[in-house]
Amino acid sequence: MQRQAAVEARGARKVYGSGPAAVAALERVSLEIAEGEFFTLLGPSGCGKTTLLRLIAGFETPTEGQILIGGADVTADPPNRRPVNTVFQSYALFPHLTVAENVGFGLDMLDKPKAEVRATVAEMLALVKLEAMASRRPTQLSGGQQQRVALARALAPRPKLLLLDEPLSALDLKLRKEMQSELKRLQRETGITFVFVTHDQEEALTMSDRVAVMSGGSIQQVGAPREIYNRPVNRFVADFIGETNFLQGALEEGGFRLASGALVTLSDDARGGRPSGAAATLAIRPEQVRLGAGGEAGLPATVSETVYFGTDTHVHARLADGAEVVVRLQSPPSGEIGLSPGAAVTLRLPAEAVQVLDD
Amino acid sequence: MAEARRFSVSAMPGFRAITLAAFAMLYAPIVIIVVYSFNAAESISVWGGLSLEWYGRAWENEQVQEATVRSLLVASLAAAISTVVATAAALGTTHGAPFPGRTFIYAAINQPLMAPEIVTAVALLIVFASVKVATGYTGLGYLILAHSAFCVPFAYLPIRARLEGMDLSLETAAADLYATRWRTFRRVTLPLMAPGVAAGAMLAFVVSLDDVIITEFVKSAGQDTLPTYMLGQLRRAVTPEVNAISTALLGLTVILLTAFFLLSRKRD
Ligand SMILES: Nc1ncnc2c1ncn2[C@@H]1O[C@H](COP(=O)(O)OP(=O)(O)OP(=O)(O)O)[C@@H](O)[C@H]1O
Ligand SMILES: [Mg+2]
Repeated sequence: MQRQAAVEARGARKVYGSGPAAVAALERVSLEIAEGEFFTLLGPSGCGKTTLLRLIAGFETPTEGQILIGGADVTADPPNRRPVNTVFQSYALFPHLTVAENVGFGLDMLDKPKAEVRATVAEMLALVKLEAMASRRPTQLSGGQQQRVALARALAPRPKLLLLDEPLSALDLKLRKEMQSELKRLQRETGITFVFVTHDQEEALTMSDRVAVMSGGSIQQVGAPREIYNRPVNRFVADFIGETNFLQGALEEGGFRLASGALVTLSDDARGGRPSGAAATLAIRPEQVRLGAGGEAGLPATVSETVYFGTDTHVHARLADGAEVVVRLQSPPSGEIGLSPGAAVTLRLPAEAVQVLDD
Repeated sequence: MAEARRFSVSAMPGFRAITLAAFAMLYAPIVIIVVYSFNAAESISVWGGLSLEWYGRAWENEQVQEATVRSLLVASLAAAISTVVATAAALGTTHGAPFPGRTFIYAAINQPLMAPEIVTAVALLIVFASVKVATGYTGLGYLILAHSAFCVPFAYLPIRARLEGMDLSLETAAADLYATRWRTFRRVTLPLMAPGVAAGAMLAFVVSLDDVIITEFVKSAGQDTLPTYMLGQLRRAVTPEVNAISTALLGLTVILLTAFFLLSRKRD
């Protein structure tokens, strides 16, 4: 894509406090987010997602590095001079103003004519389906309704960039699903660049154009959901996104030699030009492992446990060296997979589904 | 299993009697003053029937009129000045980054609550005496200044309490929505802290209205406020007029304090 980046972080670093109490919340993060993109920051609690968002919004100044919005360096600009709006995790709706006044606040501050403010507020309230609530106070709304007011308020000034900090985390599952598709729809309809923070990997995978996986203040991997899921660059990403089986071993001429002695064939892509002899970890998703009857060609294993999940059943199997591999199977109509602990099985790891991760 | 018996003050012997005695001590004198303010007789201890006589007398007494106007003037100005100062102090100590010496400043603001009032009064008397000599000014300014000073902590406490309960992310949200610092203050911070400011102003007003010691020391000749006028009257002859003034003052104070409690309890 040759389009200009909507937002760019260049070596942005943030240290809170000073002296012995200093906390490095963000480690020299560089990142480009394209215009119109639905971009998600994903990572465990405390990994620096909110900090990165606050640097973009201007609530914090980076200790080092720069923030660019639409190509312009805004590092020194206060939040009110950045074309960015935020949907806060706590909503932060003004309790002394009505829903309509909340939504119109940004336009008011931009000194837009009253008629325009009124029209835009009506349009935004229609967009989030809250026309009937215009004259209520935020305290008179449910959590999901407050959430939508926060969204309408942030969208009303038509920012170039919308920052959303775990906006759905307070909602129950059903409302959450509803809001997820509503957010997607809003993003499509408005064409505004979304930077979305979540620690829910499923939410990240289903909603985003691209995802940045963060850990310990740094970005581990940036990519499309499929790329992140199928080609994780390291053990952290593979472990954090979905479930993964990790098997220790070393690279050899013909493939990957497991600790149990078996040899697994690798694709050229998975091998990635690594030399023979290097110790590494082999990763494969539970749904990619093929399960066969005992005695077939493959890795001999013993079933230790089966766990029923409804649509899926997980089979835990032990290799000769004791390493455990989880296999995910679709549950049959009867719900009975027909394998009891102790049963001998054979596991096959298809070359195209196997990843090699450096130790 | 036996339920653990919890200690309860109300279960102690004599609790009821002590409570009743305490309330009687607090309220009986006030009740007596209020009742006798409607006494038709000249005496302050013999009941002679119901009448508004003393209210009429007090109302027509020029000295009472002057003292009332002066009291209200001093209290209004002192409340206004101390509320502005207290608001600034409360914003400084609750909003923004912590700074070294903040605890010290907090203590310094509240110092007038701790220092014996008589000491402050004597100190002010001495300072103002030399200022009077130096400038020749003998007006009400000294009283207003002195009242403003000791009213600050009373105005400060409710404002600070209100600000501490305020969600700081609201100000962040305003800045995010293109509000400058000033407009954030005017459109978000100020309306949200307003009940606290009003409560602080009322408390300051009542405290100023009620003050005797500092006023007595600081006032120049002919600058009696209502409380110092009453004190002067009591030194000569005790008439039921004082009861009437006291009752009126009590009425005003009760109204203001009720408003104060309603405001400081306000939640949104
Ligand atoms: N104002 C602050 N002062 C000191 N340390 C802070 C401050 N804000 C955040 N931190 C620290 O910086 C690190 C990153 O915090 P941040 O809020 O960015 O995490 P996060 O990824 O948003 O986490 P969560 O998912 O829990 O919201 C944490 O270790 C946190 O304790
Ligand atoms: Mg966060």
